[in-house]
Amino acid sequence: MAETANVTRAAAPTRGWRSDAAAYRAVIRSRVDSQRSYTANFRIDLLSSVLIGLVELAEVWVLFHNVQRIGGLEFAQILLVFGLADLSFSMADLSFGHCDNLPTYVRQGTLDVFYLRPQPLLMQLITSDISLRRLARGTVGVVSITAALAMNDIDWGVRTVALLATSLVSGYAVFCAQFVSAGGLQFFLIDGAEMTNAYVYGGRYAATQPAAVWNRPLKLVFGFFFPMAFTAYLPVVTLLRLPGTSWMPGWLGWCAPIAAVWSWLFAAFAWRIGVRHYQGGGG
Amino acid sequence: MSAIVETRGLTRDFKVREGLRRRTVRAVDELDLTIDAGESVGYIGANGAGKSTTIKMLVGILVPTSGSVTTCGRRPVEERRHLAREVGVVFGQRSQLWWDLPVQESFRLLAAIHGLPTAAADDRRDELVEQLEMGEFLTTPVRQLSLGQRMRAEVAAALLHSPRLVILDEPTIGLDVLSKQRLREFLIAERRERGTTLMLTTHDMGDVERLCDRILVVDRGRLVYDGTLPGLSRTVGAERILTVDVVAPISDLVGIAHTRHLGSEGDGLRQRLAFDAEHTTAAEVLAAVSDRVEIVDLTVQEPDIEDVVRKIYAARR
Repeated sequence: MAETANVTRAAAPTRGWRSDAAAYRAVIRSRVDSQRSYTANFRIDLLSSVLIGLVELAEVWVLFHNVQRIGGLEFAQILLVFGLADLSFSMADLSFGHCDNLPTYVRQGTLDVFYLRPQPLLMQLITSDISLRRLARGTVGVVSITAALAMNDIDWGVRTVALLATSLVSGYAVFCAQFVSAGGLQFFLIDGAEMTNAYVYGGRYAATQPAAVWNRPLKLVFGFFFPMAFTAYLPVVTLLRLPGTSWMPGWLGWCAPIAAVWSWLFAAFAWRIGVRHYQGGGG
Repeated sequence: MSAIVETRGLTRDFKVREGLRRRTVRAVDELDLTIDAGESVGYIGANGAGKSTTIKMLVGILVPTSGSVTTCGRRPVEERRHLAREVGVVFGQRSQLWWDLPVQESFRLLAAIHGLPTAAADDRRDELVEQLEMGEFLTTPVRQLSLGQRMRAEVAAALLHSPRLVILDEPTIGLDVLSKQRLREFLIAERRERGTTLMLTTHDMGDVERLCDRILVVDRGRLVYDGTLPGLSRTVGAERILTVDVVAPISDLVGIAHTRHLGSEGDGLRQRLAFDAEHTTAAEVLAAVSDRVEIVDLTVQEPDIEDVVRKIYAARR
């Protein structure tokens, strides 16, 4: 029951965080080794995940081949939005993406085995596996950001660097929280993995869009409740000193950390009720 | 002796959906249970009697609907992570090993997970490898192990951190005679040397006879028997059956103390005698038969645990 609480006090009483950290390290290392032992597979995996990233980028590019601006953004500007969102999402996917496996773990009884080990469930879940190919996915984001920063007229200074760093860290936190909340919901929807996937990946897609084109209900949902607009669009608007839109003034990009905190509060709540539901025998 | 498991009025309901309606099913019903440190307890009952639900509540996987439970002096749900260091669980059907890793790698990871100091972990592992005869498949990936090998590895995995309480859910299911034997001998030795408390659910009478000095029978979530095996046999009249093949045809072997003649085949070349474990032993019966005739072969058939449980259930209804 106290799982979420346990996550936050990782420096747990019995043997301390050092021992916990060593445990996670050992598990992750063995996962990495086992992936590297199938080299051919691994290369194909890497290649395909880079390809997927490129296709998504191409989609943006094709769109802008036909129009000059969407939602007040030009191609170079939307490229920065895409890059920021994509990089944060890839990193979140790398570290928390295994929350997707929860329904499988519940069905196979692996989750019960997690209960027999002296670590918090969520930490065991996210370290239970790691897909290195997701690391390759991040390169598309890095390249997009680099290109976009070169193409845009950036006023370099402390403000810009601080804003970029804040938005990357906050975006990462928002997407991680998104995976965790989806995980919490999956305790209720063991057969509903598709639905929660739609919620996570749909969120990622929304994050690469200029929020200015959304109507008010969409702004409410993806702008504030699941604060996707805060992962990339709003910081870019602030960074490039663009005019804001209704409900979304130009300075709102600075509030990305607040969005991250809100996402995590929601995620902790969703995870907690999910675990409680499972222990209540709904699983 | 101090109690290592203690439940009072432990109850667990499940809501099941039937079409549109929801119905509440009581899996565990007002269970009062005390297991002392060092005991070895067989927890038996039909499928769906509430055994797994009880175990899940003992280790903190499920929250009780009402009542209380203490395991190793701790509240399982609230203190799950502490409890995990003191309890080892083998679920016959679900593995705690890493499917794609060699057995020894799984042990190394589990040692890290339990935060065991390297030297101590190595010693313990070597000891388990030797006692469970796992040397030959230590470097084999778990997915390539036979069922018997995997079960031994599972038991070792659950015992690596030297828990005070070991819970085994159907540990010998599907194992051949030799593997069963090995596993039982190991558990007996483990208990003798370390004073480990054992609790096991099983459908195998052999497990109960050789491993347990106390038996708990559950029916529909309630405890219906708590006592020794001979006592259980007495309650339901469960008998063992001795079949002997003799050198020459003889008349029916009637009148042997505390036995009942069940029948003969082949003009008396094979004779079947029923006896119950409370009044006599297989050795005594055998000696009495040998006084009359020379035996060439024999088998002893144990009472079927399903039968015993069924009889207890029938007596209650």
